[in-house]
Amino acid sequence: MEGIFGESVLKDRDERFHKVTYQTYLFVWLGLLVLTGITVSLAGRDWGFLSIGMVLGIAAIKSGLVLSYFMHLKYETGLLFQLMIPIVLAALTLFIGLTFTDIAFR
Amino acid sequence: MTENGTFEGTHPIANFYQDQGKHRGILAWILSTDHKRIGLLYLLLVLLFFSVAVFFGFLMRLKLMAPGFPLMKPQMYNAIFTLHGIIQIFLVVIPAIPAIFGNFFLPLQIGARDVAFPRLNLLSWWLYISGAIIVFLSLFTGGGPVDTGWTFYAPYSLRTMVNVPLAVFGVFILGLSSILTGINFVTTTHRLRAPGMHWFRLPLFVWGIYSTAWVQILATPVIGITLLLIMLERYLGIGVFDPAKGGDPILYQHLFWIYSHPAVYIMILPAMGVISEVIPVFSRKRIYGYKAIAFSSMAIASVGSLVWGHHMFVSGQSDLASLIFSLLTFLVAVPSAIKVFNWVATLYKGSIELKPPLLFALTFIFLFSIGGLTGLFQGALAVNMHLHDTYWIVGHFHYIIFGGMGFGFLAGLHYWFPKMFGRTYDCKKAVWAWVILFIGFNLLYFPMLILGWEGMPRRYYDYPPQFHTLHLLATIGSWILIAGLIWIFLNLFQGLRKGKEAGGNPWGGTTLEWQTPSPPPMENFERIPVVEKGPYEF
Amino acid sequence: MGTHQDDTGSKIGMWLFLLSEILLFGGLFILYSSYRYKNPIDFHLAAWELNRVLGTLNTLILITSSLTMALSIFFIQKGNRKLSALLLFVTLFLGGLFLGVKSVEWTAKIGHDLYPNSPRLLGRSGGEILFYGLYYSMTGLHGLHVLVGLLVLSVMLVLILKGKINENRFVPLENTGLYWHLVDMIWIFLFPLFYLIT
Repeated sequence: MEGIFGESVLKDRDERFHKVTYQTYLFVWLGLLVLTGITVSLAGRDWGFLSIGMVLGIAAIKSGLVLSYFMHLKYETGLLFQLMIPIVLAALTLFIGLTFTDIAFR
Repeated sequence: MTENGTFEGTHPIANFYQDQGKHRGILAWILSTDHKRIGLLYLLLVLLFFSVAVFFGFLMRLKLMAPGFPLMKPQMYNAIFTLHGIIQIFLVVIPAIPAIFGNFFLPLQIGARDVAFPRLNLLSWWLYISGAIIVFLSLFTGGGPVDTGWTFYAPYSLRTMVNVPLAVFGVFILGLSSILTGINFVTTTHRLRAPGMHWFRLPLFVWGIYSTAWVQILATPVIGITLLLIMLERYLGIGVFDPAKGGDPILYQHLFWIYSHPAVYIMILPAMGVISEVIPVFSRKRIYGYKAIAFSSMAIASVGSLVWGHHMFVSGQSDLASLIFSLLTFLVAVPSAIKVFNWVATLYKGSIELKPPLLFALTFIFLFSIGGLTGLFQGALAVNMHLHDTYWIVGHFHYIIFGGMGFGFLAGLHYWFPKMFGRTYDCKKAVWAWVILFIGFNLLYFPMLILGWEGMPRRYYDYPPQFHTLHLLATIGSWILIAGLIWIFLNLFQGLRKGKEAGGNPWGGTTLEWQTPSPPPMENFERIPVVEKGPYEF
Repeated sequence: MGTHQDDTGSKIGMWLFLLSEILLFGGLFILYSSYRYKNPIDFHLAAWELNRVLGTLNTLILITSSLTMALSIFFIQKGNRKLSALLLFVTLFLGGLFLGVKSVEWTAKIGHDLYPNSPRLLGRSGGEILFYGLYYSMTGLHGLHVLVGLLVLSVMLVLILKGKINENRFVPLENTGLYWHLVDMIWIFLFPLFYLIT
């Protein structure tokens, strides 16, 4: 077991050392702050569904930043890591979507 | 399981029963992180709970033997069918194949020494037994045993005086155990495959367990939160399922079935995996359509998670929803049928040896097909109006769960018994016991289909005289079925005590678990095998 | 099993756990979206009553705690154990602060007789009862996750100080970080859903 997985793990680690610097994290943090500012300042304007869309869109971008940089998803290799989040998003979307075929058309 | 000495001298290497760990006596079992010991711990508990639930079923059938039969009060009857359901579903059927055979054979079949997280695995077992204890405690505390049916439908579950909160908490803990097992199996399959064991060399049982594990991870939390909300409703009155406060009980049904329909696939996919193991071995033929079977497992797992609304056709959900869920329901039949065709095609021109495991596997195909086809009736909207909440449904899902998963389990038990215990059982007696079980099973459940068709509602305490004959037949069937079950397990137990030594590979299986001695040694393989061919090359 | 450790395996396990956490909250999101759809005006009115300043403050606190968490892992990998421990301590502090602000908010609401089953709330329309029911259960469940996170972070802090987590073995800290970021991410959605969409 050691033989198979040992090296690959070490390689992963080295790659991550090279790619991420602490400046990256600071920039991501700044980005999150700015997005929070935007979303708060947009709130309260009545654009109907558009404003819900905007607010959720910004939340999605923020969580995308957290996922890819803070949680290193951008640097992980392997199909499983790439597919995980899409699978969960698809599941949740379908669950909500199919529930809405009932709620919205009752 | 305590006869540690029984196997002494059987093999040059100590098997996992003999291995001396840190602990002695019973602690060597309940604190063991060995996947085989944990598998056997689950086996012991599942069989215990199974007998309790069968006893409840027996009482229920006894009560329904004749109209007005005064065996018990209505409240007692409600509690008994509820408990029968809760125990069979959450304590027996869901954990049975994944937690017992999955634990025991997943690492062996992929050539690993254990699962990815052995200590987490032990924690899963402890959560399982804790959840079970909590469920049983709920019988004697609070307002007494739950009478809601295993579905805990709101708003009744919010109003009834019985001990709903503790029971749902127990089920929540069981769900946690199931999630952790799923996490363990997915990680194990991804990380611990032996060299050369690439994805399309995995035995099909592993594919079954792997797709099940995904459902366990992604669907179980939904029922977890739903049950927590029931507790919050009972204690705080948050109102999310309470129509008096604007809540929508139909949303409870959505959330409940988002898990509980896929739970049917948690039950059946591993059983299908077992069947896919047994059939090639006893027809001495490579499995027909390996990839089709593997992918159909994933297809069932994913499409099967999107059909929950077919439990709600008469609940008042929108027509559009019913239409879509009905369509999706028919779609799931496709991958299920693909599997059946592939199994039958594997048998075709094979040199078939009708040993007990194959007998049970063939019975699975037969009974599961009846269950599946009756399911298609219910999937059709118009017919469902007539059949909903009748004995037809009860008959249907017993054909799926007992006829499918139960017989799959028995097939697996008879197939892997020699590997797990190092001994064989009496094949002739097993066949006779099967005959009795098969007769009892059909006598019990087939009349239910007719009863339902004629309009007998499910969960009713009593019935008018015109249903007497069929109910009586079913009750007699239940006695025969129980006799068959007792004989099956007596025979296995006798094999355990006095059976001949099995040797490493009594059936001539080709998957990796058969290349270890029986029972396997502590860390399974002296040297991790290198895999050079597919799983079913005879 | 000996001393072998499979770092990638542990991380896969942690991620799978997080996926199930997402669906745990997912059940609540299904309820939220359904009830908002059915009661748009009630939700609108009820959301006005939440304290947007405190909500924004808590968002900033949690985002910053995610930064310090990520940096703590970064510096343990570089071998700077002291800085890593310090940043982890800051994370702990910010997490505690989040819960403090949260409890101020809850106390104020309860003081105004707005809690499940309160007479004042029962006098209102169904949609508002549902809003508060969801508000308390979703932020409550989230708060519970923060609390668990704080416990795990404290254990990690002790392990760093003892040197058991170091530049050669830091997967437990990474996994803790993954959990902490997920809790942050859930808040990123809860915040607009309850405080901003009005």
